[in-house]
Amino acid sequence: MYNGAQLTRLGINMTDWDFVVALAGNPNTGKSTVFNALTGLRQHTGNWPGKTVVRAEGGFLYGDKRYKLVDLPGTYSLLSTSADEEVARDFILFGQPSVTIVVVDATRLERNLNLALQVLEITDRVVIALNLMDEAKRHGLRVDERRLARDLGVPVVPMAARQGEGVQDLLKAVAEVASGAAVTRPHRVRQRDPQVEQAINQIAGQVERAFPGLPNARWVALRLLDGDESIEQAVREGTLGQLVQQKSPEPLPAIRLELEAVS
Amino acid sequence: MTGQTTLDQLQPGVKARVISLANTGTERRRFMDLGILPGARIEVELHNPLGDPTAYRTRGAVIALRREQANQIAITMEEETERQ
Repeated sequence: MYNGAQLTRLGINMTDWDFVVALAGNPNTGKSTVFNALTGLRQHTGNWPGKTVVRAEGGFLYGDKRYKLVDLPGTYSLLSTSADEEVARDFILFGQPSVTIVVVDATRLERNLNLALQVLEITDRVVIALNLMDEAKRHGLRVDERRLARDLGVPVVPMAARQGEGVQDLLKAVAEVASGAAVTRPHRVRQRDPQVEQAINQIAGQVERAFPGLPNARWVALRLLDGDESIEQAVREGTLGQLVQQKSPEPLPAIRLELEAVS
Repeated sequence: MTGQTTLDQLQPGVKARVISLANTGTERRRFMDLGILPGARIEVELHNPLGDPTAYRTRGAVIALRREQANQIAITMEEETERQ
Protein backbone atom coordinates (compact mmCIF):
# COMPACT_ATOMS: atom_id res chain seq x y z
CA MET A 1 0.00 0.00 0.00
CA TYR A 2 1.29 3.42 -0.93
CA ASN A 3 0.96 5.75 2.00
CA GLY A 4 2.05 9.29 1.15
CA ALA A 5 0.46 10.94 4.16
CA GLN A 6 3.66 11.93 5.80
CA LEU A 7 5.47 13.24 2.76
CA THR A 8 4.98 16.84 1.63
CA ARG A 9 6.83 17.69 -1.54
CA LEU A 10 8.24 21.19 -1.37
CA GLY A 11 9.66 21.51 -4.88
CA ILE A 12 12.12 24.39 -4.88
CA ASN A 13 10.30 26.39 -2.21
CA MET A 14 12.92 26.06 0.46
CA THR A 15 14.43 28.74 2.57
CA ASP A 16 15.85 26.75 5.43
CA TRP A 17 16.09 23.10 6.27
CA ASP A 18 16.99 20.71 9.06
CA PHE A 19 18.94 18.20 6.99
CA VAL A 20 20.79 18.14 3.69
CA VAL A 21 20.52 14.87 1.76
CA ALA A 22 22.81 14.08 -1.17
CA LEU A 23 21.62 11.77 -3.93
CA ALA A 24 24.42 9.85 -5.64
CA GLY A 25 24.55 6.88 -7.99
CA ASN A 26 25.85 5.46 -11.25
CA PRO A 27 24.37 6.84 -14.46
CA ASN A 28 21.04 5.22 -15.42
CA THR A 29 20.05 3.96 -12.00
CA GLY A 30 16.86 6.04 -11.78
CA LYS A 31 18.43 8.65 -9.55
CA SER A 32 16.43 11.51 -11.04
CA THR A 33 13.25 9.44 -10.72
CA VAL A 34 13.94 9.10 -6.99
CA PHE A 35 14.64 12.84 -6.82
CA ASN A 36 11.31 13.65 -8.48
CA ALA A 37 9.38 11.20 -6.29
CA LEU A 38 10.67 12.95 -3.17
CA THR A 39 10.50 16.60 -4.23
CA GLY A 40 7.60 16.64 -6.69
CA LEU A 41 9.89 18.36 -9.16
CA ARG A 42 10.26 17.29 -12.76
CA GLN A 43 13.94 17.00 -13.08
CA HIS A 44 14.47 15.64 -16.57
CA THR A 45 14.79 11.92 -16.71
CA GLY A 46 16.23 10.29 -19.75
CA ASN A 47 18.91 8.03 -20.97
CA TRP A 48 21.92 10.02 -22.05
CA PRO A 49 25.27 10.70 -20.48
CA GLY A 50 25.91 13.85 -18.49
CA LYS A 51 22.21 14.61 -18.14
CA THR A 52 22.56 15.96 -14.62
CA VAL A 53 25.71 18.00 -15.12
CA VAL A 54 25.23 20.50 -12.36
CA ARG A 55 23.50 19.52 -9.19
CA ALA A 56 19.77 20.04 -8.90
CA GLU A 57 18.20 20.88 -5.56
CA GLY A 58 14.72 20.43 -4.16
CA GLY A 59 13.01 19.97 -0.85
CA PHE A 60 10.52 17.88 1.06
CA LEU A 61 8.94 17.75 4.46
CA TYR A 62 8.82 14.42 6.25
CA GLY A 63 7.65 14.00 9.81
CA ASP A 64 8.28 17.48 11.18
CA LYS A 65 11.65 17.91 9.49
CA ARG A 66 12.56 19.80 6.36
CA TYR A 67 15.02 18.16 4.03
CA LYS A 68 17.03 19.70 1.21
CA LEU A 69 17.75 17.09 -1.45
CA VAL A 70 20.74 17.59 -3.74
CA ASP A 71 20.78 15.48 -6.92
CA LEU A 72 24.38 14.86 -7.95
CA PRO A 73 25.58 13.89 -11.44
CA GLY A 74 25.60 10.16 -12.15
CA THR A 75 29.11 8.74 -11.72
CA TYR A 76 30.82 5.37 -11.62
CA SER A 77 33.41 6.63 -9.19
CA LEU A 78 34.56 9.47 -6.99
CA LEU A 79 38.16 8.94 -7.99
CA SER A 80 38.46 9.58 -11.69
CA THR A 81 38.58 13.13 -12.89
CA SER A 82 35.65 14.11 -15.03
CA ALA A 83 33.76 17.31 -14.23
CA ASP A 84 30.71 15.26 -13.17
CA GLU A 85 32.69 13.15 -10.77
CA GLU A 86 34.35 16.18 -9.23
CA VAL A 87 30.98 17.81 -8.51
CA ALA A 88 29.72 14.65 -6.83
CA ARG A 89 32.95 14.01 -4.97
CA ASP A 90 33.37 17.55 -3.65
CA PHE A 91 29.82 17.65 -2.36
CA ILE A 92 29.93 14.32 -0.54
CA LEU A 93 33.41 15.00 0.84
CA PHE A 94 33.22 18.62 1.83
CA GLY A 95 29.54 19.57 1.68
CA GLN A 96 29.02 17.18 4.59
CA PRO A 97 25.44 16.16 3.85
CA SER A 98 23.45 14.74 6.80
CA VAL A 99 22.70 11.66 4.71
CA THR A 100 23.93 10.41 1.35
CA ILE A 101 21.53 8.20 -0.60
CA VAL A 102 23.36 5.96 -3.06
CA VAL A 103 20.96 4.74 -5.73
CA VAL A 104 22.10 1.39 -7.10
CA ASP A 105 20.77 -0.66 -10.01
CA ALA A 106 19.61 -4.03 -8.65
CA THR A 107 20.25 -5.63 -12.06
CA ARG A 108 23.89 -4.47 -12.11
CA LEU A 109 24.77 -4.66 -8.47
CA GLU A 110 28.39 -5.70 -8.83
CA ARG A 111 29.18 -2.68 -11.00
CA ASN A 112 27.19 -0.28 -8.81
CA LEU A 113 28.78 -1.33 -5.53
CA ASN A 114 32.06 0.30 -6.56
CA LEU A 115 30.60 3.75 -6.01
CA ALA A 116 28.67 2.64 -2.93
CA LEU A 117 31.86 1.37 -1.27
CA GLN A 118 33.70 4.58 -2.18
CA VAL A 119 30.96 6.65 -0.53
CA LEU A 120 31.09 4.39 2.55
CA GLU A 121 34.81 5.19 2.83
CA ILE A 122 33.97 8.88 3.20
CA THR A 123 30.85 8.97 5.35
CA ASP A 124 28.94 6.82 7.86
CA ARG A 125 25.60 8.37 7.02
CA VAL A 126 24.54 6.40 3.99
CA VAL A 127 21.32 4.78 2.80
CA ILE A 128 21.40 2.45 -0.19
CA ALA A 129 18.38 2.75 -2.47
CA LEU A 130 18.25 -0.62 -4.23
CA ASN A 131 16.36 0.60 -7.27
CA LEU A 132 14.96 -1.15 -10.35
CA MET A 133 13.84 -4.14 -8.30
CA ASP A 134 10.96 -4.57 -10.77
CA GLU A 135 13.45 -5.03 -13.61
CA ALA A 136 15.55 -7.37 -11.51
CA LYS A 137 12.48 -9.52 -10.91
CA ARG A 138 11.68 -9.54 -14.62
CA HIS A 139 15.19 -10.79 -15.30
CA GLY A 140 14.72 -13.53 -12.72
CA LEU A 141 17.21 -11.97 -10.31
CA ARG A 142 16.71 -12.21 -6.59
CA VAL A 143 18.58 -9.78 -4.37
CA ASP A 144 19.00 -10.55 -0.69
CA GLU A 145 18.64 -7.01 0.60
CA ARG A 146 18.99 -8.02 4.25
CA ARG A 147 22.28 -9.69 3.61
CA LEU A 148 23.41 -6.68 1.60
CA ALA A 149 22.48 -4.34 4.46
CA ARG A 150 24.40 -6.52 6.89
CA ASP A 151 27.48 -6.69 4.67
CA LEU A 152 27.51 -2.97 3.90
CA GLY A 153 26.56 -1.93 7.43
CA VAL A 154 23.98 0.63 6.30
CA PRO A 155 20.22 0.49 5.55
CA VAL A 156 19.27 -0.97 2.15
CA VAL A 157 15.84 -0.08 0.76
CA PRO A 158 14.47 -2.09 -2.19
CA MET A 159 12.65 0.20 -4.63
CA ALA A 160 10.91 0.51 -7.93
CA ALA A 161 10.95 4.30 -7.99
CA ARG A 162 9.11 4.61 -11.31
CA GLN A 163 6.15 2.86 -9.68
CA GLY A 164 6.58 4.76 -6.43
CA GLU A 165 7.45 1.54 -4.62
CA GLY A 166 9.76 1.85 -1.67
CA VAL A 167 9.53 5.63 -1.41
CA GLN A 168 8.05 5.49 2.10
CA ASP A 169 10.68 3.01 3.26
CA LEU A 170 13.40 5.23 1.82
CA LEU A 171 12.05 8.29 3.66
CA LYS A 172 11.93 6.34 6.90
CA ALA A 173 15.51 5.11 6.52
CA VAL A 174 16.77 8.59 5.60
CA ALA A 175 14.99 10.14 8.60
CA GLU A 176 16.45 7.53 10.94
CA VAL A 177 20.01 8.00 9.70
CA ALA A 178 19.67 11.82 9.67
CA SER A 179 18.40 11.96 13.25
CA GLY A 180 20.92 9.39 14.44
CA ALA A 181 18.13 6.97 15.45
CA ALA A 182 19.73 4.38 13.16
CA VAL A 183 23.38 3.67 13.83
CA THR A 184 25.36 2.58 10.78
CA ARG A 185 28.55 0.53 10.69
CA PRO A 186 29.78 1.05 7.16
CA HIS A 187 31.99 -1.55 5.56
CA ARG A 188 35.50 -0.17 5.11
CA VAL A 189 38.27 -1.60 3.04
CA ARG A 190 41.21 -2.05 5.40
CA GLN A 191 44.66 -0.79 4.59
CA ARG A 192 46.67 -3.88 5.32
CA ASP A 193 50.08 -2.49 4.55
CA PRO A 194 51.48 -0.78 7.68
CA GLN A 195 53.76 1.39 5.56
CA VAL A 196 50.80 2.78 3.63
CA GLU A 197 48.93 3.28 6.88
CA GLN A 198 51.88 5.17 8.34
CA ALA A 199 52.19 7.37 5.25
CA ILE A 200 48.47 8.17 5.38
CA ASN A 201 48.69 9.18 9.04
CA GLN A 202 51.68 11.38 8.40
CA ILE A 203 50.19 13.19 5.42
CA ALA A 204 46.73 13.44 7.01
CA GLY A 205 48.31 15.24 9.96
CA GLN A 206 49.94 17.74 7.64
CA VAL A 207 46.71 18.23 5.69
CA GLU A 208 44.81 18.86 8.93
CA ARG A 209 47.35 21.45 10.02
CA ALA A 210 47.21 23.20 6.64
CA PHE A 211 43.40 23.13 6.45
CA PRO A 212 41.99 23.21 9.98
CA GLY A 213 38.49 21.78 10.20
CA LEU A 214 38.78 19.89 6.92
CA PRO A 215 36.70 16.73 7.03
CA ASN A 216 38.14 13.54 5.58
CA ALA A 217 41.82 14.47 5.82
CA ARG A 218 42.71 10.76 5.67
CA TRP A 219 40.86 10.40 2.40
CA VAL A 220 42.70 13.45 1.02
CA ALA A 221 45.99 11.91 2.16
CA LEU A 222 45.22 8.65 0.39
CA ARG A 223 44.37 10.51 -2.82
CA LEU A 224 47.65 12.45 -2.61
CA LEU A 225 49.55 9.16 -2.25
CA ASP A 226 47.66 7.86 -5.28
CA GLY A 227 48.79 10.89 -7.30
CA ASP A 228 45.34 12.44 -7.80
CA GLU A 229 46.18 15.60 -9.76
CA SER A 230 43.00 17.52 -8.96
CA ILE A 231 43.47 16.99 -5.22
CA GLU A 232 47.17 17.90 -5.52
CA GLN A 233 46.19 21.13 -7.22
CA ALA A 234 43.54 21.91 -4.61
CA VAL A 235 46.12 21.45 -1.84
CA ARG A 236 48.81 23.45 -3.60
CA GLU A 237 46.54 26.38 -4.42
CA GLY A 238 44.72 26.30 -1.11
CA THR A 239 41.32 25.85 -2.76
CA LEU A 240 40.73 22.75 -0.64
CA GLY A 241 40.10 25.05 2.35
CA GLN A 242 37.73 27.23 0.33
CA LEU A 243 35.62 24.23 -0.55
CA VAL A 244 34.98 23.65 3.13
CA GLN A 245 34.22 27.30 3.89
CA GLN A 246 31.84 27.63 0.96
CA LYS A 247 29.86 24.55 1.66
CA SER A 248 29.49 24.62 5.41
CA PRO A 249 29.00 28.29 6.31
CA GLU A 250 27.70 27.46 9.76
CA PRO A 251 29.92 26.33 12.59
CA LEU A 252 29.54 22.71 13.56
CA PRO A 253 26.91 22.10 16.26
CA ALA A 254 29.52 21.18 18.86
CA ILE A 255 31.36 24.46 18.34
CA ARG A 256 28.13 26.44 18.48
CA LEU A 257 27.28 24.88 21.83
CA GLU A 258 30.63 25.92 23.20
CA LEU A 259 30.14 29.50 22.05
CA GLU A 260 26.75 29.65 23.72
CA ALA A 261 28.15 28.30 26.95
CA VAL A 262 30.81 31.02 26.98
CA SER A 263 28.52 33.98 26.28
CA MET B 1 40.90 -24.50 -23.31
CA THR B 2 42.80 -21.99 -21.24
CA GLY B 3 45.73 -19.76 -21.96
CA GLN B 4 47.12 -16.46 -20.93
CA THR B 5 47.16 -13.56 -23.36
CA THR B 6 46.12 -9.93 -23.63
CA LEU B 7 42.60 -8.61 -24.15
CA ASP B 8 43.22 -7.36 -27.70
CA GLN B 9 43.89 -10.99 -28.72
CA LEU B 10 40.53 -12.23 -27.43
CA GLN B 11 38.34 -13.74 -30.14
CA PRO B 12 34.55 -13.27 -30.27
CA GLY B 13 32.70 -16.11 -28.56
CA VAL B 14 35.44 -16.83 -26.04
CA LYS B 15 35.00 -15.94 -22.40
CA ALA B 16 37.95 -14.66 -20.45
CA ARG B 17 38.89 -13.44 -17.02
CA VAL B 18 41.03 -10.40 -16.27
CA ILE B 19 44.35 -11.19 -14.57
CA SER B 20 46.02 -7.80 -14.31
CA LEU B 21 46.17 -4.28 -15.74
CA ALA B 22 49.41 -2.73 -16.92
CA ASN B 23 47.71 0.58 -17.69
CA THR B 24 48.76 3.44 -15.45
CA GLY B 25 47.46 6.70 -14.02
CA THR B 26 43.96 7.97 -14.71
CA GLU B 27 43.40 5.38 -17.45
CA ARG B 28 44.03 2.58 -14.96
CA ARG B 29 41.71 4.21 -12.44
CA ARG B 30 39.02 4.65 -15.08
CA PHE B 31 39.19 1.02 -16.18
CA MET B 32 38.94 -0.17 -12.60
CA ASP B 33 35.93 2.09 -12.00
CA LEU B 34 34.30 0.61 -15.08
CA GLY B 35 34.66 -2.83 -13.54
CA ILE B 36 37.77 -4.10 -15.34
CA LEU B 37 39.49 -5.57 -12.30
CA PRO B 38 41.43 -8.77 -11.73
CA GLY B 39 38.87 -11.58 -11.66
CA ALA B 40 36.29 -9.80 -13.84
CA ARG B 41 34.72 -11.84 -16.63
CA ILE B 42 35.03 -10.21 -20.03
CA GLU B 43 34.16 -11.09 -23.62
CA VAL B 44 34.02 -9.48 -27.04
CA GLU B 45 30.60 -7.96 -27.63
CA LEU B 46 31.16 -6.43 -31.03
CA HIS B 47 34.12 -6.89 -33.29
CA ASN B 48 34.97 -3.84 -35.36
CA PRO B 49 35.59 -4.73 -39.01
CA LEU B 50 38.08 -1.87 -39.13
CA GLY B 51 39.87 -3.49 -36.22
CA ASP B 52 39.66 -0.65 -33.72
CA PRO B 53 38.07 -0.02 -31.26
CA THR B 54 36.46 -3.25 -30.06
CA ALA B 55 33.43 -3.37 -27.78
CA TYR B 56 33.76 -5.65 -24.75
CA ARG B 57 31.11 -6.80 -22.31
CA THR B 58 31.95 -6.95 -18.63
CA ARG B 59 29.70 -6.98 -15.55
CA GLY B 60 26.59 -6.18 -17.56
CA ALA B 61 27.95 -3.19 -19.48
CA VAL B 62 29.54 -2.71 -22.87
CA ILE B 63 32.81 -0.80 -23.01
CA ALA B 64 34.76 0.10 -26.15
CA LEU B 65 38.53 -0.06 -25.92
CA ARG B 66 41.28 0.78 -28.37
CA ARG B 67 43.87 -1.85 -29.18
CA GLU B 68 46.65 -0.02 -27.32
CA GLN B 69 44.43 0.01 -24.24
CA ALA B 70 43.28 -3.59 -24.53
CA ASN B 71 46.79 -4.94 -25.01
CA GLN B 72 47.69 -3.66 -21.53
CA ILE B 73 45.11 -5.96 -19.97
CA ALA B 74 46.26 -9.50 -19.24
CA ILE B 75 43.57 -12.16 -19.43
CA THR B 76 43.16 -15.88 -19.15
CA MET B 77 40.74 -17.60 -21.50
CA GLU B 78 38.08 -19.61 -19.78
CA GLU B 79 35.76 -21.38 -22.13
CA GLU B 80 34.39 -21.26 -25.60
CA THR B 81 30.77 -20.29 -25.87
CA GLU B 82 28.60 -21.01 -28.84
CA ARG B 83 29.35 -18.85 -31.83
CA GLN B 84 26.64 -16.56 -33.06
